[in-house]
Amino acid sequence: MTNLADTIAIAPVTRSNFSRELRRAGRSMVAAKWPLLALAILFVVLVVAIFGPWLSPLDPNRQNIMLRLAGPMAPGPNGATFMLGSDALGRDVLSRLLYGARVSLLVGISAILVGGTIGTVAGLLSGYFGGWIDDVIMRMGDIQLAFPFILLAIMFLVVLGPGVVNLILVLGIGQWVTYARIVRAQTLSLREKEFVEAARAMGDSTISIMFRTILPNIVAPLTVIASFNVASVILAEASLSFLGLGVPPQTPTWGSMLAQSRDQLIANRWWLAVFPGMAIVVTVLSFNIIGDWLRDLLDPRLKERG
Amino acid sequence: MWTFIIRRLLQSVVVILGVTLISFVALQIGGDPTFLFVSERATDEEIELIRKALGFDQPLHIQYLTYLGNILQGDFGNSLSYRQPAMEIVLGALPATIELTVFSMIFAIGLAIPFGVFAALYRGTPVDGGIMTLAMFGQSIPNFWLGIMMILFFGLHLKWFPISGHVPLIMPLLQGEFLTAVTNIPKSIYYMILPGIAVGFYSLSRNARLVRSSMLEVLSQDYVRTARSKGISERAVVINHALRNAWLPVVTMVGLEFGFLLGGVVVIETVFSWPGIGRLVFTAINQKDIPVVQASVIVLSVIFIALNLIVDLIYARIDPRVKL
Repeated sequence: MTNLADTIAIAPVTRSNFSRELRRAGRSMVAAKWPLLALAILFVVLVVAIFGPWLSPLDPNRQNIMLRLAGPMAPGPNGATFMLGSDALGRDVLSRLLYGARVSLLVGISAILVGGTIGTVAGLLSGYFGGWIDDVIMRMGDIQLAFPFILLAIMFLVVLGPGVVNLILVLGIGQWVTYARIVRAQTLSLREKEFVEAARAMGDSTISIMFRTILPNIVAPLTVIASFNVASVILAEASLSFLGLGVPPQTPTWGSMLAQSRDQLIANRWWLAVFPGMAIVVTVLSFNIIGDWLRDLLDPRLKERG
Repeated sequence: MWTFIIRRLLQSVVVILGVTLISFVALQIGGDPTFLFVSERATDEEIELIRKALGFDQPLHIQYLTYLGNILQGDFGNSLSYRQPAMEIVLGALPATIELTVFSMIFAIGLAIPFGVFAALYRGTPVDGGIMTLAMFGQSIPNFWLGIMMILFFGLHLKWFPISGHVPLIMPLLQGEFLTAVTNIPKSIYYMILPGIAVGFYSLSRNARLVRSSMLEVLSQDYVRTARSKGISERAVVINHALRNAWLPVVTMVGLEFGFLLGGVVVIETVFSWPGIGRLVFTAINQKDIPVVQASVIVLSVIFIALNLIVDLIYARIDPRVKL
């Protein structure tokens, strides 16, 4: 990931060539096929995340001890069907899966917003001012990267306790260094460009130069990093939920569904593990494919290499 | 060379101090940390006694210095559930975790290099496409789910591999039973195959892609063209000229990768009931056994930092371009 951050080089974006770029992106996406499919899948996941409560056939938290551990397509309560089976408490797997999309996407995207915002501001400060500000920020980043991330997350979440907000904060703070590094590198090179000089000569304030002149030109590489990052944050969320550090046990998430499936493995109740896992894989894969495609689109030089 | 080593050593010390500071902050972040160390039924007097005993009534900077001093002596306090020093428990579980991490590392890097090289050499062919598709999936599958799927298929359905259990390698070595360790090797590996693949698959994928792009870059360099134009066999060009330069980025990755794999092992251990630090942390999380969690995290981080230091020093030796 850091390799990518170091090598992406971007030409200044102006308003006039934006719509042309957008058309180029559209054509490239149709030509490449896979990104189009990935985008379609993400759209479906998004719809499910938003409209989950209306789409799900049964109440995801409604327990039904008489009908526990029913296989896929088994008859459910009141003439309904457990299309993907029921879990150890007799809850409908499909409904929980649909609700789970909500937490996964919410946590994934919010964590990126938190980490991306902190990282971007830190990177702009670091790159624009240099000197001791740069030193302090970058050394803090080094120290954080010296920790295996999942361990850091475990340590904080054990004390803070599970919960969506805690999860978003910890995952977000875990990501800021990536953004700070790429923004810093870009800011360093943009700082000396003519259009920045011009803004400075016109008497723009430092804040205006950082956020109105430099930032718009860094958005493209940031988007690439963000799409890969959503993928890895969703994976991290699943791992933490699996360890019991995610959201409270009531809330259905893909990771916690997998955690609960563990006790049923020996009895070969495969549906409890297979479906939530597939939901994670398909979503993460789609984000990764989009990320790959965006990177190639924004920097053809990288496509040549790989 | 010496200035480089000393500078790098100092850096590591600073990072370790940073790690202790972060873990100290983690303790304090939820409010009065005393409540993390007392049972729920403790009376006010008991809580006050424990607060005094653990020094949480002192000013923060004093608390940190005491905390740091204790950590330096390996004292994380007693485990809340085992009534044994937390450090002892963690060190007892460490060998199993190291075994699995090293195994998954060998699996990941050992396959990533040939996969990446072949993908680069046969660029644009189905070989390349197949390897890259596999790598794309590998980077999208949660390791613990891969573990669960392998348990279901290879363990329970085909019955090829055990789904839990562990045969120790490092422990007998430490106890001086060299012979036992050697005879344990085949069985030990047999038990590590499923969890090792589950942990290493992501790294395999990421590194196969890294080796491929690094290899493609090297293959387009002038010195490779020169070697080819001299009429050297393609095999010799790839092995002597290209590979030698292409694997350098991989070496720098090894240290970071180890830390990443350690994180993966922590999760996977709970899937395969592997008796290492991960399972320990998992139980400790559920019992809110903070000393054990802290000791585990810090021990693993220090190993990770030390390893990165060693990798950097080795890298400086093998790549003469690194400025010393």
